[in-house]
Amino acid sequence: MTKKKKKQQLTKSAPLLLIALPGIVYLFINNYIPMFGVFLAFKDFNYIKGIFGSEWCGFDNFKFLFKTHDAITMTRNTILYNLAFIVIGTIAAIFVAVLMYELGQRFRVKIFQSIMLLPNLLSWVVIGFVVYAFLNADTGFINNTVLKALHIDPVSWYSTTKPWPFILIVTYLWKYVGVSSIIYMASISGIDKGIFEAAQLDGATKMQQIFKITLPMLKPTIIILTLMSIGRIFYSDFGLFYQVPQNSGRLFEVTQTIDTYVYHGLMELKDIGMSAAAALYQSVIGFALVMSANALVRKVDRENALF
Amino acid sequence: MKRQSRDDAKTFRLVSTIILSVLVFFILLPILLVVIASVTDENVLISSGYTFFPSKLSLDSYYYMVKQSAMILRAYGVTITVTCVGTIISVLITTMLAYPMSRPNFRYRNALAFFVFFTMLFNGGIVASYIMWSRIFQIKDTIWALIVPNYLVTAFNVFLVRNYFVTSVPISVIESAQIDGASELTIFFKIMVPLAVPSVATISLFTGLIYWNDWINGLYYLTDAKLFGIQNLLIRIMSNIQFLKMSSNLALLGTMNIDLPGTSVRMAMAVIGILPIVVIYPFVQKHFIKGVVLGAVKG
Repeated sequence: MTKKKKKQQLTKSAPLLLIALPGIVYLFINNYIPMFGVFLAFKDFNYIKGIFGSEWCGFDNFKFLFKTHDAITMTRNTILYNLAFIVIGTIAAIFVAVLMYELGQRFRVKIFQSIMLLPNLLSWVVIGFVVYAFLNADTGFINNTVLKALHIDPVSWYSTTKPWPFILIVTYLWKYVGVSSIIYMASISGIDKGIFEAAQLDGATKMQQIFKITLPMLKPTIIILTLMSIGRIFYSDFGLFYQVPQNSGRLFEVTQTIDTYVYHGLMELKDIGMSAAAALYQSVIGFALVMSANALVRKVDRENALF
Repeated sequence: MKRQSRDDAKTFRLVSTIILSVLVFFILLPILLVVIASVTDENVLISSGYTFFPSKLSLDSYYYMVKQSAMILRAYGVTITVTCVGTIISVLITTMLAYPMSRPNFRYRNALAFFVFFTMLFNGGIVASYIMWSRIFQIKDTIWALIVPNYLVTAFNVFLVRNYFVTSVPISVIESAQIDGASELTIFFKIMVPLAVPSVATISLFTGLIYWNDWINGLYYLTDAKLFGIQNLLIRIMSNIQFLKMSSNLALLGTMNIDLPGTSVRMAMAVIGILPIVVIYPFVQKHFIKGVVLGAVKG
C-alpha cells in the first residue's frame, strides 16, 4: 500500500469513527468499566471508605459465600430451572409451531399468534399481579373457587414451597411459548415443500410427515438454540424469580437464583462484598459456558456460531 | 389413495385447530381474570374472591383511580417520557454505531464488531455497575436513572441494524454519493438513515417495549416515589395498598373511607399498565414477529 493511499484511508476512517463515537463511549461506560469493577469481589467494602479506600481481603468473600447454604441453593435452582425451561420450553414451542404450520390458514394463524404473543408483552410486574389474582390467600381464584369446589382447605401459596417449581415453570411457559414457537415456525416454513408433496404422493400420513420430515429437519435449529440456552444456564430471569413469588422470603429455598441473591445482597442486606463475589462467580462461569457452547455450535454448524 | 391423504390432512387440520383453540383460551384466561377482577364489586370480592363470573359488577375501582388521577397521570407521564426519550436516543446511537461497522472498507470495522460483541460474552455484573452509576455518576433519583443504565445500546440491536445495512443497502449507493462529494455525515443522515427504516422500526419496537416494561432500573436507582413510572408504582401498590390512602387527599378520604375499593383497585391498576400495549400491539405485530425471527438467527 502506498503512503498516499494509506493517508486517504485514514482520513476516511475519521468521520466514520466520529459517527460511531457516542455508541462506543456508552458501551465503554455501561459495559466495560463494570468489568474492571470485578475487583470489588476481593474487597471488604465499606461505604465510608469508598470503592478504592476499602481494604483488600483476598478470597474471603468467596470463602464466606461458599460456606453458606445459599451458594448451593441458588446454584442448584438456577441450573435446574434453566434445564426444565430448555427441555419443556423447547418441546412446547415445537408442538405449537407444528400445529400452527399445519393450520395453513393465514387468518387463523394470525389470530392464534397474536394471543399467544400477548403474555410476552407484559412486564414481570404485571405478570406478578396476574399470578397474585390466582394465588393470594384471601381473594385468590384458586383458593376461593378451585379448592372450594374440590373441598380442599385453602393453601397459603406464598409461604408453601412445594408447588413453586410447578408455578414458575407454568408461568415461564405462559409468557414464552408464543415467542419461541415463532422461531420454530420460521424454520418449518424454510423446509422445501416438495419434500412434503413427495411424501404425500407416497402415501405418508400427516403424523408420518411430522416425525419423518419436519422434526428431523428441525434438528439443527433445535441443537443450536439448545446449546445457546445452555451457554446462558448460569443466568436467570430476575423478574420471574423476584416478581412472581412476590419476593417472599419463605419461598427462597425454591425461588432463590444467583440473580435474586445478588439483588438481595446488594440492595437489602447491603453486603457489597458477598454479592460482588456471587456476581463474579456468575460472570466467570457464565463466560466459560458461553465459550464452550459456542465451540460446540461451531462444530455442528459453522454458519450459526456466534463467532 | 389421494382421497385418503386429503382426508388425513383435513382431520389433522381440524385437530390442530381444536388443540390450538384450547391452548389460546387458556393463555387468555389469566388476563381475563385480571380484567374481570378490576370491575368486580368489592363486597363480592371479599365473599367469593376473584372469579370469572362475579355476581355483581362495579366500576368503583376505575372511579377511584379517576379521583387519584394526579398520581396515576404522573406515573404515566414518567413512563411515556422515559419510553420516548430512551427509544429515540437508543435508536439514534445504535444506528450510528451500526453503520460504520457495515462499511466493508472501514478500517476498524472488525475491531469495532469485537468491541460490541464482547459485551454479549462477559459482563461485570450488577454490583459494579450499580456502584458506578450511583456513586460516580450520581444518577440515583434522577430521570436519567430510568433511561441511561443498561438499555441504550445492546449488542443485539447493533448487529440487527448492521446486518440490515450489509444485506439490504448496495455499496454502490454509498460510492456514487462519495463521487458526488457528499461527506460521511451527509451520507449517513441523508441516505443511510432513510434506507434503514425497516430495521429501525424493529429495534424501536423492542426498545420501546423494554422501556415501557422496565422496573429494574427503578428498583435499583429510585427511592423517590415522585419519579415512579407505572411499573414501579405497581410494585409499590402491590407491596402496600396503603400507599394510595396515604398519598390521597385526606379530607376526601374521610368521606369515602368505608367503601375504599382495595382489592379490585390492584387489578384495575394492572389493567391500566397493560392497556396501552394491547392497543398499540395489533398495529406493530408484523414488525415484532419479523424482529423475533431475525434475532433468533444471529444472537
